[in-house]
Amino acid sequence: MELVCPAGSFPALKVAVEEGANAVYIGFRDATNARHFAGLNFAGEQLSQAIRYAQDRGVKVFVAINTYPQPRGWSSWQNAVDQAADLGVDALICADMGVLEYASRRHPGMALHLSVQGSATNYESLRFYQRHFNIRRAVLPRVLSIQQVAQVAAQSPVDLEVFGFGSLCIMAEGRCMLSSYVTDQSPNTGGACSPAQHVRWQETPQGLESRLNGVLVDRYPEGAKAGYPVLCKGRFEVQGQVYHAIEEPTSLNTLELIPKLTEIGIKAVKIEGRQRSPAYVKQVVRVWRQALDQFRAAPGAFEAKPRWQQALDKVSEGAQTTLGAYHRPWQ
Amino acid sequence: MQLSLGPLQYLWPRQQVFDFYERMLNLPMEVIYLGETVCSKRRELSTADWLELATTLARQGKQVVLSTLALIEAESELKTLRRICRSEGFLIEANDMAAVELLASQGVPFVCGHSINIYNAQSLAFLIRQGARRWVMPVELSAATLADILQELEAQQLKVETEVFSHGYLPLAYSARCMTARYHQLPKDNCQFICRDYPQGLPARSQEGESLFTMNGIQTQSGAIYNLLEQVPRMQALGVELVRLSPAPTGMEEIIHSFDAARRGEPVQVDTSELTCNGYWFAEPGMIFKSGTSL
Repeated sequence: MELVCPAGSFPALKVAVEEGANAVYIGFRDATNARHFAGLNFAGEQLSQAIRYAQDRGVKVFVAINTYPQPRGWSSWQNAVDQAADLGVDALICADMGVLEYASRRHPGMALHLSVQGSATNYESLRFYQRHFNIRRAVLPRVLSIQQVAQVAAQSPVDLEVFGFGSLCIMAEGRCMLSSYVTDQSPNTGGACSPAQHVRWQETPQGLESRLNGVLVDRYPEGAKAGYPVLCKGRFEVQGQVYHAIEEPTSLNTLELIPKLTEIGIKAVKIEGRQRSPAYVKQVVRVWRQALDQFRAAPGAFEAKPRWQQALDKVSEGAQTTLGAYHRPWQ
Repeated sequence: MQLSLGPLQYLWPRQQVFDFYERMLNLPMEVIYLGETVCSKRRELSTADWLELATTLARQGKQVVLSTLALIEAESELKTLRRICRSEGFLIEANDMAAVELLASQGVPFVCGHSINIYNAQSLAFLIRQGARRWVMPVELSAATLADILQELEAQQLKVETEVFSHGYLPLAYSARCMTARYHQLPKDNCQFICRDYPQGLPARSQEGESLFTMNGIQTQSGAIYNLLEQVPRMQALGVELVRLSPAPTGMEEIIHSFDAARRGEPVQVDTSELTCNGYWFAEPGMIFKSGTSL
């Protein structure tokens, strides 16, 4: 399986390449991608350099143009598609049908991947995107059990890429509006889930409070590790009970599923985390490279080593990991 | 301008569902959407029941549209979808791209529900060419975006009916996990249909008691009721053809009458005795409420 790694910055990209990524995925420094955060992403000269750096070392570059343009912004998305094509990247990762249509007609030679933001969780949807836009690959939302992934894989007209590691999105990606309900941006509209400009931290007698546009997302007692306030990971009160009503902060980790994913024909494993540090990227890519190499060398004897798991736990949300929806009982 | 009753989002006991639609027959509302859009485990009404109800309501003069599941993950769900898409005599609402694929392939006209991501005129034009006859604007989009999209469509001389979700708890997200079952510490595979205990969902508040979300099985809804009653004149000016009202266990008659009055040009005022929002219409955070008829 191909190892597809996040690169939110040039240092992260270099590290991903050094540690053995087969492909890196990046975004432009604007709202055309779903990690539109200050200080992140590529533009200008650095963009060309980054692409050359990776491709010179045999690593593919995918550009995420995976948000949904509204009418006023349409030309930015169109320009992004043209610019990425001119730069000779290996694939565009898109979600919006208008963008996919434009890219497939204007640049028929450019490989198109359906982003997880396209929210396609079944093979009929994949057929649609393949028929109309000739997508070569699709990234599956993280809501499917491993059995469901296998069913999709068995009938899919395109290659499949699945998330193997990183922050867990509990909602079907591409159709989640929790963020825009509370702030004015969702991943689809503004390229951000829980945009940073609306985040506030406040020390109070009741503990460290995290807020999103004034809404209290969680309270942490002294010493507790505080997480970034995304709404789905908040602690809420339901009929008197305060708990993680939607999901605990935890990271997805499917290291032990490498044999199974390979068996069902998954083409690529995606590491989440364009917003994460180069140190994160280094740690995660290194472990995954070792794991994938070890599997290839001895498929029948593969075991997820404890030291791999420990290394990954260190960089995980909540310092813990889960198989998430891949594991049916979790649902 | 027509009023539509959106698909029932909650799990109500069978008899309650039949009683509800019986009551709806005599109300000034023209279009009814029927079917399960949230969770395929729900069994109070079978697909056959929904089809039969559709026939009954259609005979009584309502335009009935069959709606379909928003998050389709299993082969069994695709089978149900195929069965619905093959039924004749009704317009079908697609809430997942699988339905768009099936309906477009069959060459039958269809409705794009608000879970189909249409954020610009290019996407809408593309879907119109595949057979979309009506679209329901994604709930997080604003009047300004709607106006832009419709203007571009007119310039291209493309025709489609526009529907806007205008009253009810907003569907905001769909997950693998059932939050209602989880609250009761039940696994999704043995949920015992616990969502039936919550005819209008289960509220989740912040630790300060601020209303945030409503949990409805695998669907997360807004904590406040979206209400565009005061925006009906603006919608009429924009050419919106249908205004969607989401079924509620109580007070549905009043809701329909108030929107009927609004579309006939009578002065109306939003009842804010329940927590209300309309932020999305104004390109603001969804949870806020702006009163008055500005925009």
